[in-house]
Amino acid sequence: MLRLRRVEILTESTPLWEVFIRPRNGLAHKHVGSLHAADAEMALIGARNAYTRRGEGNSIWVVASIDISSSDPDKSSEDFDSALTKAYRHPTFYNVPDGVENL
Amino acid sequence: MNEANNLFAALIELADDHLVLGHRLSEWCGHAPTLEEDLALPNLALDLLGTARQLYASAGEIEGLGRDEDQLAYHRDEREFRNCLLVEQPNGDFAFTVLRQFYFSAFMKEYWRQATASANALIRGIAGRAANEASYHTRYASEWTIRLGDGTDESRARMHAAIEDLHRYTGELFASSEAARSCEKANLLPWRATMRDEWTKTSKRVFSEARLSYPECEFFLAGGRQGKHGECLGHMLAEMQYLQRSYPGANW
Repeated sequence: MLRLRRVEILTESTPLWEVFIRPRNGLAHKHVGSLHAADAEMALIGARNAYTRRGEGNSIWVVASIDISSSDPDKSSEDFDSALTKAYRHPTFYNVPDGVENL
Repeated sequence: MNEANNLFAALIELADDHLVLGHRLSEWCGHAPTLEEDLALPNLALDLLGTARQLYASAGEIEGLGRDEDQLAYHRDEREFRNCLLVEQPNGDFAFTVLRQFYFSAFMKEYWRQATASANALIRGIAGRAANEASYHTRYASEWTIRLGDGTDESRARMHAAIEDLHRYTGELFASSEAARSCEKANLLPWRATMRDEWTKTSKRVFSEARLSYPECEFFLAGGRQGKHGECLGHMLAEMQYLQRSYPGANW
């Protein structure tokens, strides 16, 4: 695991926050972008103005960017390549019944 | 004055409050201290402008002389504007803008909430959405007031300067013109005076959380509802109305 470097994402008084929006009930929150804010409450307030002005959703999550751990891009081959040869893990051999929309 | 005239005049007061403050906020566009606030302030401005448009349109309908929202917003002179003095105050610094917003929104939040029980369907229709927006604006401005007041020496000094300057304009929010009073008696609009307790309670709570002392203000300035404005409003209107005055009816 690679911890994102503090200097990259921390400004003096307003650190960076990642914003997640849920478009409607029943769907998962999806990452939409980031913003600077003094704390979580201000990040939520800011996200309302920056990311939901066109009716994008009905719920907002914010997470401090510093709290996000990322996989190491230099190790992406060892992390991900072995999955490329395992086509049998994809559920493409089933017939989807009519009327099922969100599979 | 008959009831329609009174309602027209009272709606113009409300519409002017929203238009003038909305225009002031829009002046931050491209100049706000951070990108986030550069989105937030014009976003608040658009909320206020939307409410102003509905109010002007309703007022024009009630007046029945064929004046539409553009004519009411762009073709009246400074002395015909009936906004309270608080909303026309120039932006100053960010602390000043935040406090001006807090004072106004904390009042309108309660005002619109009560207006949802108006005897007039047009007003009920406007009040629901406006109450939601005022509620958010109050939250935005409260949280900033708390962080600036309880922030650095610099931000704290700026909040104090803003209070010193702005608090004396708040008394006018609770005073009703004759037209407004007649609408209040007819249960068309909420009583302005009854907002004072709730507003003071909210202000004291936010100030205390911001570690700002609540001012003991005895002299309040008023006159906006009679069209007596500060010099600043004329300058603002000159810019805001320029296009429609030069090219009446222009659109795109």
